[in-house]
Amino acid sequence: MAHAVETGVKHEDHESIKIAGFWIFLVQDVLLFATLFATYVVLRNHYAGGPTPKELFDVPGFVAETFILLTSSFTSGLAALQLNKKSVGGLITWLVITGVLGLAFLGFEINEFTNMVQEGATISTSAFLSAFFTLVGTHGAHVTLGLGWMLGLIIQLARRGITPVTSRKVSVLSLYWHFLDAVWIFIFTVVYLIGVM
Amino acid sequence: MHDDHSEKHPGSTVSYVIGFLLSIVLTIIPLYVVLNHSFSNMILVYVIMIMAVLQFLIQLVFFMHIRESEEPHYNILAIALGIIFVFAIVAGSAWIMTFNSQVQ
Amino acid sequence: MQTQHFFIVGDPLILGADISIILVSAAIIFVLTYFKKWGWLWREWLTTVDHKKIGIMYFISALLMLFRGGVDALLMRLQLMFPNMNLLESEHYNEIFTTHGTIMILFMAMPLIFAMFNIAVPLQIGARDVAYPFLNAVSFWLFFFGALLLNLSFVIGGSPNASWWGYPPLSELTFNPGPGENFYILSIQISGIGSIATGINFLITILKMRAPGMRLMDMPLFTWSVLSSCIVIIAAFPVLTVALFLLFMDRFAGAHFFTMTHGGDPMMYVNLFWMWGHPEVYIVVLPAFGIFSEVVSVFSKKVIFGYTSMVVSLLLISVYAYFTWVHHFFTMGAGADVNTFFSISTMLIAIPTGVKVFNWLLTMYRGRIRMTEPMLWTLGFIVCFVVGGATGVMLSVAPADYQYHNSYFVVAHFHNVLIGGTVFGMFAGMTYWWPKIFGFKLNPTLGKWAFWLWNIGFYVCFMPQYALGFMGMTRRIYTYPDDMGWTPYNVVSTIGAFIMALGFVFQVWQIVYSAKRMDRDVTGDPWDGHTLEWSTTSPAPYYNFAVIPKVEGRDAFWKEKKKRSQPDYKPEKRELKPIHFPKNSGIPFIMGVCFFIAGFGLTFHWVWLGVIGLIGVAATLYARSFQYDTEYVIPVEEIKKTEAALGRDI
Ligand code: HEM
Ligand SMILES: [Cu+2]
Repeated sequence: MAHAVETGVKHEDHESIKIAGFWIFLVQDVLLFATLFATYVVLRNHYAGGPTPKELFDVPGFVAETFILLTSSFTSGLAALQLNKKSVGGLITWLVITGVLGLAFLGFEINEFTNMVQEGATISTSAFLSAFFTLVGTHGAHVTLGLGWMLGLIIQLARRGITPVTSRKVSVLSLYWHFLDAVWIFIFTVVYLIGVM
Repeated sequence: MHDDHSEKHPGSTVSYVIGFLLSIVLTIIPLYVVLNHSFSNMILVYVIMIMAVLQFLIQLVFFMHIRESEEPHYNILAIALGIIFVFAIVAGSAWIMTFNSQVQ
Repeated sequence: MQTQHFFIVGDPLILGADISIILVSAAIIFVLTYFKKWGWLWREWLTTVDHKKIGIMYFISALLMLFRGGVDALLMRLQLMFPNMNLLESEHYNEIFTTHGTIMILFMAMPLIFAMFNIAVPLQIGARDVAYPFLNAVSFWLFFFGALLLNLSFVIGGSPNASWWGYPPLSELTFNPGPGENFYILSIQISGIGSIATGINFLITILKMRAPGMRLMDMPLFTWSVLSSCIVIIAAFPVLTVALFLLFMDRFAGAHFFTMTHGGDPMMYVNLFWMWGHPEVYIVVLPAFGIFSEVVSVFSKKVIFGYTSMVVSLLLISVYAYFTWVHHFFTMGAGADVNTFFSISTMLIAIPTGVKVFNWLLTMYRGRIRMTEPMLWTLGFIVCFVVGGATGVMLSVAPADYQYHNSYFVVAHFHNVLIGGTVFGMFAGMTYWWPKIFGFKLNPTLGKWAFWLWNIGFYVCFMPQYALGFMGMTRRIYTYPDDMGWTPYNVVSTIGAFIMALGFVFQVWQIVYSAKRMDRDVTGDPWDGHTLEWSTTSPAPYYNFAVIPKVEGRDAFWKEKKKRSQPDYKPEKRELKPIHFPKNSGIPFIMGVCFFIAGFGLTFHWVWLGVIGLIGVAATLYARSFQYDTEYVIPVEEIKKTEAALGRDI
């Protein structure tokens, strides 16, 4: 590679600029969720004669979701740490563990949603349920997206090993995954805990 | 080969473990106080919201390593601004839309 | 769905439009094929990631949209010219004010400011490109296909008709079962993703890509204004995305966010819409403030007065813009405390804006003023904006707003700030940077005609509307009886609209004429500019700067020129190095097409087509993620050749 190549930026900065942009993207996503939370808060007792959160929410279910996601956030961090050891094998292993936990989380969530729908509590039942399904579902959609991304990244890591590009991608993905857990903390608190109070 | 790119992923196993343990504690406490109705509803809401914010901050520090990014800390600035806007969106909407409870 | 509902054919106006669209498309296809230009179009434009070309494409699209929105405006003004007119039926009038408002704000003002971002910011900060060139192209194509989707509604399926706010319950399925509102929601959603990406892109570009030596407080004021505009974009657009998404859920999934039944609350939409809507007006006006600051200082041959206070007020506005939104719905009845808070917060935001006006005036004070076209637009803006600002403060008084609300007073006010602020600002920017971007100056005589026609037309059109507002004429009415005493004012107003239209004709004439007749700008610095964009050639080579400039302090190029005119000046030896450069890519365009397909499918509830489109989007994202070979190196020889061809010796 030529050494004296000049870009607008120093070349090492290339990847760190992408991480900086990703932080801003996350802030943008925080505001997106804030708006969904605001809607939920405003509509949360508009039951319209439909079921209330106390009747609907299943404590063991959402507690399990919470701990699974928290653990996967932890394991995604451990995956990123493998970058420093330059161990592709370890990295992929931890990513796979994270992905499996993510899938388990999604499984619980889908199970929860289907149960509700079978009990007749659908998105069309009341404003409260519209807000509930949309807020929690948007988070679930983010998790799903993250899983697809993880799969792509695992393939790239297997093919190319740890390079500046792939390690930037790992860092960004783990940031994203931590962020999803951070959002979940508030869903856990504002939706579920306050709901069953 | 790429020794000029010795950019390290920030953090260490220890920081992740600390963050993980603290998060677990901060999840269990609110769960416990809510399920046992340890306080009146009003106080409960405050307590669990504080726990949530604490856990959020802990994850920012121990998982997302917000303090260890490169200088200058634009991302801290961005998060701080973001939190102001979150406050405007959520608290503002809740305040403005209370009129509905008067009308209905 | 029956075909006569699919293609709108009944109305002679629309039929005429249908036919002309088909003819124009056929002509374009013929010309491209006849001159064998398809390859050129693909290689040079559709796949480009060069910010300058993307800027030009934004610019052309914005002018086309200004034309479309302008035709809508003229139709409305004709309909309102006399009482009991029969040009447009009420339904058609509703559609036209809806598309006019939506297009002007989202598909005219937004791309116009993005055009200026792209054209000027990287050059001003001495960068070779934006932080994410690929993403920049994605943003453009999302805007482009979003705009296409909305404009398609005119001939296929039917236009939205619930105003540019799309307030429920009118925009809900119950009251609006056709595809019109779906077009509205999905087209804004698609281009909105692009806008957020642009906000992030330019924020990081400004923070991270500045030429060595340029500190934040050395940045040109236009760059500062773009920075603050980007902050507002990032803060506000997610809220719009969610508001429209929830409306979409109501319409598609049977949710009850904003319906009248099942506990839905239409006012929550209003609340969310304006949480974006108010910041949006700052998004489009802050860059105009930046342009005026550049223009005023260059054409007064002075540095800007109160640089620091300019920066502080820009940043203050960009955060503060978030705390005034309720003034758009004081009459909702949120209670005295809420209205009082937002009434006062709205009045306060006038302060930083006032600071800027005084800074511009003080910059001109004792300056050697050159009355060029950009300067004229700036002066026209200052007068216009002061009127608009004053009426804005009137509107901010909550109890008084019960009188003004939804009257022609409001229509006059927001056109005052949008035309006087954003549109005049972008015209100033257009005439200022034209030589830089196209390599030739615009003919000043025709430009002055355009300026005066726009300005006179503006006051003739909108001043009577303030009076009409006081006389009780409400906005969005399609006709009125003849005993209201409104007729003379409406006649004058319509005449004003046509004077502005004539101004637009002069601008088009000016562009066409200048392209043929005007001299090329060989200096690269036709205005004796202060900032770095004038240090490179006109037009700038694709890599912008053969050697990245070194910056010391503000107005870097002005200082550099002063240094050069010293007798003991010895030019520094500039050593060329190969440049890393991003490759062109067809993916952004294809992604735009996929979004378009998805949007079109969902508009007509053809879920299968929507799914196909979204799968396409996912596939393009994946394809990009697997691409590693995205850059190439421009060798020194090539740079030397290009520079020599542009008349610069290295
Ligand atoms: C060029 C001259 C223009 C004329 C003559 C014009 C005229 C009009 C008219 C007649 C209306 C409808 C009023 C009503 O029936 O309530 C209107 C609405 C509107 N205009 Fe313009 N306009 C012009 C330019 C612009 C520009 C440049 C913008 C934005 C950048 C803009 C934004 C709007 C908006 C947002 C509405 C409200 C639409 C709604 O009620 O939903 N207009 N304009
Ligand atoms: Cu406003």
